[in-house]
This record gives sequence, C-alpha cells and structure tokens, in this order.
Amino acid sequence: MTTAYERFLDYANRADPYPLFPELRETPVARQPDGSYVVSTYREIVALLHDPRVSSDLRNLPEIANIRIAPDDAAPQLPPEFIRRDPPDHDRLRAMVMKHFGPPGAPGRVAGMEPRILQITTELIDRLADRHRIDIVDDFAYPLPVTVICELLGVPREDEPLFHRWSQIAVGTNDPTTGSLVERNRRRFETMAQLGRYLDGLADAHLRAPGDDLLSALVTDDEPARPDVLSTAALLLIAGHETTVNLIANGMLTLLRHPHVLDRLRREPGYAVKVVEELLRYEPPIHMPGPRRTALADITIAGTTIPKGSVIVLVLASGSRDPARFADPDRFDPDRPDNQHLGFGGGIHYCFGAPLARLETRLALGELARRLSGPRLVTDPPPYRPTPNLRGPEHLLIDVDGIRAADDPVRPERVLHP
Amino acid sequence: MRVVVDLTRCQGYGQCVFAAPGVFRMPHAESLMYSGDADRDQVLRAAAACPVQAVLVDEDTVLGRPEGPATPHGDTPVGRIVIVGASLTGLRAAATLRREGYRGALTMIGDEPGEPYDRPPLSKQALTGRSATLDTSLPRRIELDAEWMRGVAAVGVDLDHRRVHLADGRAVEYDRLLIATGVRARPWPNPQEAALDGVVVLRTRQDAEDLRRRLAARPRVLVIGGGFTGSEIASVCRELDLRVTLAERGPAPLQGALGKVIGQIAADMQRDHGVDLRCGVTVTALEGDREGRLCRARLSDGSVLDVELAVAALGSVCNVDWLEGSGLAAGPWGVGCDAGCRVFNANGMVRDDVFVAGDVARFPHPVYGYRFLTLEHWGNAVGQARVAAHNMISAPADRQPHLALPVFWSAQFGVNIKAVGVPAFSDEVVIAQGSVAERRFVAVYGHRGRISAAVTFDQAMWLDFYRDLIEKAAPFPPDADMVGRQAEMRPVPAGIAVRAPAIQDATVVVTGDDLEGRRATLLGAHGSGETVR
Repeated sequence: MTTAYERFLDYANRADPYPLFPELRETPVARQPDGSYVVSTYREIVALLHDPRVSSDLRNLPEIANIRIAPDDAAPQLPPEFIRRDPPDHDRLRAMVMKHFGPPGAPGRVAGMEPRILQITTELIDRLADRHRIDIVDDFAYPLPVTVICELLGVPREDEPLFHRWSQIAVGTNDPTTGSLVERNRRRFETMAQLGRYLDGLADAHLRAPGDDLLSALVTDDEPARPDVLSTAALLLIAGHETTVNLIANGMLTLLRHPHVLDRLRREPGYAVKVVEELLRYEPPIHMPGPRRTALADITIAGTTIPKGSVIVLVLASGSRDPARFADPDRFDPDRPDNQHLGFGGGIHYCFGAPLARLETRLALGELARRLSGPRLVTDPPPYRPTPNLRGPEHLLIDVDGIRAADDPVRPERVLHP
Repeated sequence: MRVVVDLTRCQGYGQCVFAAPGVFRMPHAESLMYSGDADRDQVLRAAAACPVQAVLVDEDTVLGRPEGPATPHGDTPVGRIVIVGASLTGLRAAATLRREGYRGALTMIGDEPGEPYDRPPLSKQALTGRSATLDTSLPRRIELDAEWMRGVAAVGVDLDHRRVHLADGRAVEYDRLLIATGVRARPWPNPQEAALDGVVVLRTRQDAEDLRRRLAARPRVLVIGGGFTGSEIASVCRELDLRVTLAERGPAPLQGALGKVIGQIAADMQRDHGVDLRCGVTVTALEGDREGRLCRARLSDGSVLDVELAVAALGSVCNVDWLEGSGLAAGPWGVGCDAGCRVFNANGMVRDDVFVAGDVARFPHPVYGYRFLTLEHWGNAVGQARVAAHNMISAPADRQPHLALPVFWSAQFGVNIKAVGVPAFSDEVVIAQGSVAERRFVAVYGHRGRISAAVTFDQAMWLDFYRDLIEKAAPFPPDADMVGRQAEMRPVPAGIAVRAPAIQDATVVVTGDDLEGRRATLLGAHGSGETVR
C-alpha cells in the first residue's frame, strides 16, 4: 500500500497530481514510511513556515553534516546556500545579496529591468515569425529567464551548456525519488563544488574588471567571504533559470486550457498581474521547496507530534489548493480575491527571486497572448520533467496561425470555434 | 488611486517595493512607507504581489443598499443604524454592515470635516515632508450608501427615545447605535502655556500639517513624553537632522507599554541616533517671549532648554464628553462594553441597542484574565469594528466575541517594532531570537509561567508564531530549540510599572432600597482620566 505522498512522487501522476491532494490533506501532517512528515494543508504549512523550531539547515542531521566530498577533486566544497541555512547566518547572507537586488539598498533594480526583459521577449518572439509549430519551453520559456539571469548575475550566456548540466544535476538532488537524503546531498555537494569552481574563475575576472552585475557587486564588496559569494551565485544561477521556465510554461498551458482568460489577457495587458498570481496558486512551479526542513524540537501540530530531528516536507502546492482556505480551489480564476497563495513559500525563506519571476512572467505571458495568432495545444497533457518538487512541461508544443508584429495593435481575435 | 497598508499584517517581505518602487519605500530593514495616493497600475501590481495581502486599495465593488424592507435581525427589526465617529472604526463598521447584507438606513456622524483618513502615517513619514501632500485618505472599500453628517458633533444620546442629539440642534433616531468617537490628544495641562505659539499636539491631519510646517522652519524641538507617538516624532526630527530633546518622566521611553528592559533598548537606540534623551524628568514650565512664542522649557531637574517647538505627546483623552449623563458607563477610562461590543449602562448591565468599538471601547479580554482593556491600535479598530457591526445586526445566538489578540507596530529610528499580545500584562521577559546588539530580535513576555506577549525589532515574520503560542497559553519561557536563538535564554523581570486602572476614579452612587429599585448612577466624569501610578 503506497501513501498518497508516494503516489504524488510517482512520475505517472506528474501531469496531474492535483486529484491526489484531497487525499493527502485528509491527514494534514502525515508520517511516511521513511520517517519524514508530509504537511499538506494551508494552515499547517503557513504555521510551519513561520515556526522557528523548524530548521532549513540539514547539517543539523549528523549524517549530512559529516559529508565530505573527495579531497582529490580540485573543486573545494562550498558552504550551503542561504536557503539551506538558519538565522543568523541566513539573514546575513540573504541581506548581503539583497543589498544589490532590492530594498533597502537597490529598491528600483528589478523594476528597472523591465525594458530589457521586454526587449529579450520581443526578440525571442520575433524569431518565431515564420513558424507554425513552436515549443514554448525550448523556444521561449527557457531562453528568456536564462538570458535574464545571466545578464543580472554577470555570467556569459554562451556558457549555458556548461552550467545547465550542473544545474540540472543539482535540481535533481532535490527529487526524493532519486536516492536517500545522504546520497542526494553528497551528489549535491559535488555538483555545487564544480559549479562553484566555474563561478570562482568568473569572480576573479569580475574582480579585475567589475561590471554592473550582481557577481561583480558581491566580489567587490569587502564584507562577504568568497565561498559564501560562490554559494549564493550558484543558488541564484540555478534558481533563476530552473523555476521561471516552468512558471511561464505552466502559464501558457493553463491559458490555452482557459481560452477566455487568454483572450481577456490579450485585450487587457494589465490583467497579467492577476493571472500570474493565480498561476502561482493554481499551477506553481515549486510543489515543495527543494531544501528539506527538520524539527529542532518536538512540534505538535494538527494533533500530530513531529519528533525532534524529523524531516519535514511542506507540500506548498497542496496548501494552495486547500478548500479550507480558497473557495473553489480547483478553479483557475485570476479575479479571485485575497489570493494569499504559497507559490513563493513564506516566512524568512520567501523566494528571493519572486519579484523577478513575477516581472518576467507578466511580460512573457502578456506578449505571448498579444502576438501569437490562433495558438492551440498540440498535445495535452504535454510531457513533463521528471522532478515532482520542481514541476513543469519538458516541452510544450503549440501550433499557431502566425505571429503578429511587435507593433501590431490588438484586434479582436477571429473566433475559430463559435 | 488611494492606498493604505494594513501594517498589522505586513511582515516586511518588500514585494510592494519591488513592484512599485515609486510608491512604496523600505528605507531600512523592515519599516514600510508609502504615498497614500499613487499611480493605479503600480498600486495594483503591489497589491497583487503582497504575500500577506495587506495592501488595501479602492475597490470597484458597489454594494449599495439592497432592495427590500428592513432586514429583521434578532428580536426587533433593525432599520436605522447610526454610527457616531466617521474615522477608521466607523468606516469599517459601516462596510461590514453592508457586506453582511444590512439594508436599512445608515447615518455616519463625524465632527472632523473631510473624508476619513489614516492616522498612523501622521507621526511617521508624513512629517518628513517627503510625500507631496499629507493625503492619507482611506481607500473606499465599499460604496456605503450612507447619509454623511460631517463636521457636526454629536452632543448627547437619549437612550429612552433612541436618539442622538447633534450640535446644530438636530436629532437622529436609531434602532442601533455604534459609538466610535475614539480619542483626542491630551493637551498640555497648563492652558496659558498650551496657548503659546510653538506648543502643539499631534492627532489629526490638521495637527500633522501644522507640525510639518513648523518642522520645516528647523526649530529646536522638545518632545514631552516618550511613548510611541513621542518617540516617533523624535525619530522624525533626527531624520530631518533637527536638534531634539525628549523628556520622559519614567525611567525609559516606551517603558509604559513595553517595560523597562525593552525601554532601555529603546533609550539606547534614541541616544545612538542623537536624541537628547532625558528620563526621570518632567517639564515644569514652558515659557514664551513677548510675542507669545515658545522660547524656553524648564525641567524638574533644574535644567533649562531653549526650544522653539514643544510637542506634547502625553497620550490621549477619550471622546466621551457627549455621553455624560447619558446613563452609559462612559468616563475617562472609555466606554465600557462586553466582549461582543455591547455597551454597559451605569449599572454595569449590557444594552442590546448601543455598541462601541475602536480606541474608546473598554472591553474585557478573556486571554488577559478578563481584564478590561482599551487599545489604541489600528488593528484593534478594524477587528472590533467588524465584530461590533456583525453583532448589531445578528440574533443573540449569532453574536461573536472580540477575541483577537492586540497587534501594533511603530516605526522609529529605522527599526520596525511590532508587538502581539499585551506586554504590560507580564512579569518576565526573555530575548528568544536574534540579537539586541544588532537591534534585530524577538522579546517574549511571560505572565505567571505563560506566554503573554511578544515584541519584535525588525523580525516581524516570526510574530504569528508567538501569537499562536499566546493563544495556546503556551508555557513561558518558550522552547529553547529555535533558529536564531541566543546562546542562553535568561528570563529577567520585565519591569512593568504597576498602574492602578483609571476606572478606580469612577464615582458611583447607588440609590433605592429594594432589589427592584436599586440603581447605580455615575457622577460627573470630569475627574482625571490619567492612570494612577
């Protein structure tokens, strides 16, 4: 007998895990055969996201703390990234990079990227001009955020094949189906070390000739130590291009399944703001945060005691579909009031890149809606990436009648299926 | 488009700043500041992005009076509701009434002219003169379909005939009355000195405009009173690089609300920011020049200060004068009521037709030993208004208690201070998370072995955890196994000043001999409303 959570992890349910969530929520805090606790209801997830007895630092578990990767490898082991750390280190490291990314140090930086992101979006769509079949993932949803994060971070775009491989391995280590926690963390440390070595070379170059990118800002800042800079840069590089791709692809898929929303978005670009938030609730790229959390003390919640030292898994995507919090939760409704979704998590580990993901997705979906003429899905459901925690289509093939010019005014869409 | 942020909910995620950096600012770690009126697209983006949905904007929803006869509620049909006090509390109560389907007539009476506005920014960013206007008008959350009587004060209530008397001689009849008249700034007690040009208080938008104009002349400033308002004004003065002295009669600023331990941290913070902080002193005289302009202040320690501006931040006075002789339990301590906001008459018995909410309400809180509290908090006004409005149109079985834990915030010296619970209801305090030296910490208060309150300095994201602990009556001190905890948690006495509640000042005469005839009468409530130490 498999648990609802194990079935949720099963690739067979990747295309549509949502029917499993009601069963998952029947036991809000469910002990699994491996001793971990899976939390699936909104209220309990929010409580644990704000519970200081929950740690994000797996080094609290001796078997993780003791992992040392092979010393003969020339790449030194990196300290865990800030999303895998607790206060006060977490706060210090996050502030160290926030200083250059958002308030209070750089409040307008992300908003200031809008013209450039729109330009990249426009160029990517322009390139599709003579096509009638498009892979939304490969042709658009992947290259857009990769280009943006490379420019922001100061990583050469042409190195993408190199870091993409490390990034994919690193993301895979968050997938509970690919081995034990220890095995996966060892693999993660090894991969991060290689990515770190690559970034270390870049950091040296940026120190000699700083640009206005984040890596330059971090290496020319006296405060942070180099290993922390490399961990942070590795985190941003991976997170910046493995998550937004899924939000955009999930978004286009959802819009094509809800043509009236797509049509309204085409006519009313401001609607994208609400569409993005509802996507984060309804089809989020992150179903569970990558870093596993652990209980520092016995925690009693929803009538269950999570013993000290247990691994805690927060199924954010299930919380965002909890009928106890959201009316008619399985309905895609961008006009939903009070949409306090869990798409970006919550508490001190709230997604660092959230503002950038929002901006990219708003512009991406707005432009796709405006410029694709007569888009329709080729296969539904599309093939999915393997990972259950980071969920999105591997490819998303669509057919179009054509591509509107970037300066084409919006006209009423021809009704194909009256 | 008008915007107001529910800073009770705000946890400092900063997503509004990312989405609309021209409207929202987070100049330090966590304190949020914003313009009250801003570009629609930017505001809507910020409102959508807020992880706790705390950005409130004008709503398009028009929820006018539904068709049909007066709705029957409870034993009598309610067709006429009068709300006295047209600020945050009154407005929120009115919105709740309409949202819950109240169809009858609604009259809003408010003595301040103009539209209702948000007060908390008036002692903070509004004073720096950064925003172009002092417009902090509250967003229109709902079309109320109410009759507004602005700029006219209520002067009395006739409980027998269910009638509110107005200053202009008119009277308005009600089936249900909501008292939401709030408080006003306590004036400087010496009337001659208070009349000097340069002696001011801060409560209304007009006060704030006046104060802002005076600050622009770069005076030397004396702030009298180190509570939250006084400390915030001192903070603004330092932000404007003005010389400011703060005189506090207790041992530390904020001590009345937060106790001596946290008060001492606040004192250090003030001095680090260049405030000339004088504790344990009172201001004995304010002196003017020949033109009647303030020029000097004398303190109880014998020192003399040359100042051009003195802000009296001495707390507040309840707006209950109009209720004197009404037969309600209203006095300097506020308007007494049950946890369902029904007002007590002078006998201490609840009435079913008169309700109270907001700053002026004095209500029992079960979590705090059923003690009566008055809370001058934005969040309490909102929460209590909702409960009062609901109960006004509900049958007895459907009435709700106002059980929300108090939450408040203050922005000063670059730090966002938030609190949940009642810190003054405690005997011990412990720093549970973070670092006092960095001024980023969580202080947890205990009362007889249970957690009673928590205060955060730039750590608002943890506040809800402690709210849950208070609601669960969790043991104090809290679990030591937490992220960001200090090496050792050592509870110390919280240093809460013992205060006798002001209600001891009530003078009540009981008349009548037999059980049937015995009645209590509250004598002239003009006694001092000040709390007795």
